[in-house]
Amino acid sequence: MTEPHEEELPAWSLPAAALESIRMPPTWPDRVDREWAWGGSTGKGAVVAVVDSGIERGHPLVGEVEEAVVVTGAVGEEPSIEEDEEGDACGHGTACSGIIRSLAPECRLVSVRVLGSGWTGSGRLLVAGLRWAIDRGVDVINLSLSTTKLDLAAALHELTDAAYFNRTIVVASAHNMPVESFPWRFSSVLSVGSHDLDRGDTFFYNPNPPVEFFARGVEVEVAWLGGASLRSTGNSFATPHMSGFCALIRAKHPELTPFQVKSVLYLTANNVVEETHG
Amino acid sequence: MGDEELRDAVAAGVLAAEAGHRELLQSIVEVARAIFGARASSIFLLDAATDELVFEAVAGEGASSLIGQRLPSSTGIAGWVLVARQPLVLDDLENDPRFARGVAESTGYVPKSLMAVPLLHEEEVLGVLQVLDRPQKERFSLQEMELLGLFANQAAIALDLLGRARRARAVVDDESPLGVVARLAATLAALPVERRDPALDLLATLERVLGR
Repeated sequence: MTEPHEEELPAWSLPAAALESIRMPPTWPDRVDREWAWGGSTGKGAVVAVVDSGIERGHPLVGEVEEAVVVTGAVGEEPSIEEDEEGDACGHGTACSGIIRSLAPECRLVSVRVLGSGWTGSGRLLVAGLRWAIDRGVDVINLSLSTTKLDLAAALHELTDAAYFNRTIVVASAHNMPVESFPWRFSSVLSVGSHDLDRGDTFFYNPNPPVEFFARGVEVEVAWLGGASLRSTGNSFATPHMSGFCALIRAKHPELTPFQVKSVLYLTANNVVEETHG
Repeated sequence: MGDEELRDAVAAGVLAAEAGHRELLQSIVEVARAIFGARASSIFLLDAATDELVFEAVAGEGASSLIGQRLPSSTGIAGWVLVARQPLVLDDLENDPRFARGVAESTGYVPKSLMAVPLLHEEEVLGVLQVLDRPQKERFSLQEMELLGLFANQAAIALDLLGRARRARAVVDDESPLGVVARLAATLAALPVERRDPALDLLATLERVLGR
C-alpha cells in the first residue's frame, strides 16, 4: 500500500489536477470497532518511548528494553544524551513500561531517562529528551512529566506540533492541580486522566476537554524496582494504558497519523461504543 | 536587592515571622495526618541552592528525627513527584527494596503506603507533601486524590510565605546599604509612640528632600 505522506504532496494548496495525488485508499470500514482497530495486534513493530525515570532492566513484567538513554546537563550547558546503564531512578518509568507491555506485549520499548541529575534544569532535560525521541521517529511517546515554567511552553508547543506532523503520538498525563502546566494541555498531544474502574481494557472519551481520555488510574498493579510490583494510583498510570492502545493501533495500521489514531480511539472508547451501538 | 524583597522585608516586620510560618506548616501536616487517619505526614522544601529536598515539617512517626534531613531532588519517589509535578499514590511499598532500605536508614520506620503531591505556586515548584500509611481498609478513591490536591495547595501557599520571610530575613541580616531601611522599619515598629512620631516626622522630611 502506498503511504500518502511519502509522496510529493502539494505543500500549501491543492490544484484540481493534483487531486489524484492525495487519493486516500479506502481502508476504514463503515463502522470502526476494536476488532478492526487492534484485533490480533500485539504491538509488534511499534516503538514506544518512555520519557521518565528510566526502566529497570530485566524486570519480568517489562522484558526487553531496546534502547536506553539518559539526558544530563548542568544549567547553562547544552543537554547531552548518552547510553543509560543505570536503570530507573525511582520506579515510575518501570511501572509505566510494565503497563504498556501488558497491553502491547511485543512492542519495542525505548527508555529516555530525564530524572536523576537534579531538579534544577530538569525542564530543559525534559525538552531535550522529548526532542530526541521525536527525532528518532518513535511511534508513541509516553510522558507523565510536565513543567510549569512558562519559558519552556513555547519550545514544548513547537516540539509536540512537530511530533504531531511527524507521525509521533505524544501521550501525556493530565494535571489535576490548580496550576497551568505543559505540554499535556496542547491539542497536539493526547491527554489522559484517570477513571476508577478495575479494568485496564476500558477507556472513555471526554467530551469536556482539555483532558481527552480517561483510562485506568486507580490501584493499578504495576512493575516496580527490584523486580517487584506494587499498587499505584495517579494519572501517570492511566497514561501508559492509552500509550499501549496507541501502540496496538499503530502496529496494525502504521499508516495512521496522530489525528487518525485519536479518531480511532474516539470511535472505540467505551462510552462512545455503548452510546452508539448499545 | 530588588524592590520587591525590600518591600517584603519592611512589610513582614520580618523578625519572628519565620516561627509563625513554621507553625503554619506544622499545622498543615498535623491536619493532613488527621484527615486521612494516617500514621505520619511530612513536607519537603526544595532547597534550590543545593538542589536538595529538606524535611521541613513532620507529624507523627519519625517527627523528631527527620526535620532538617536532606534527600536528592530528582531521585526516589519525592524526587519524581517534584520533577513530574504529578501526585502519586503507592501501596505495598515494602516490596521496593531500595525505598525500604533508604527510608529505614534515615527513620527506622518503613511505611507500607505513601501519597505524595507536589507543592506548586504559580510557576514554581516549592516542595512535596507526603502522607504515609493511611488505613488500608478501603479502596483509594479519586475524591481522596482531590483532597490531597487541596491540601497541597494550602501547603504551597504557606511554603511561599515562609520563603518570602526567609528572603526578607536575609535582606535585614544583610550588610548591604539598603538593609538599613528594613532594620529601621523594625526599630520604628518597636519604639514607644512618643518617640516614634518625631522619628516619622524626620523621615517624612527626608522623603520630601529626596523629591517624593
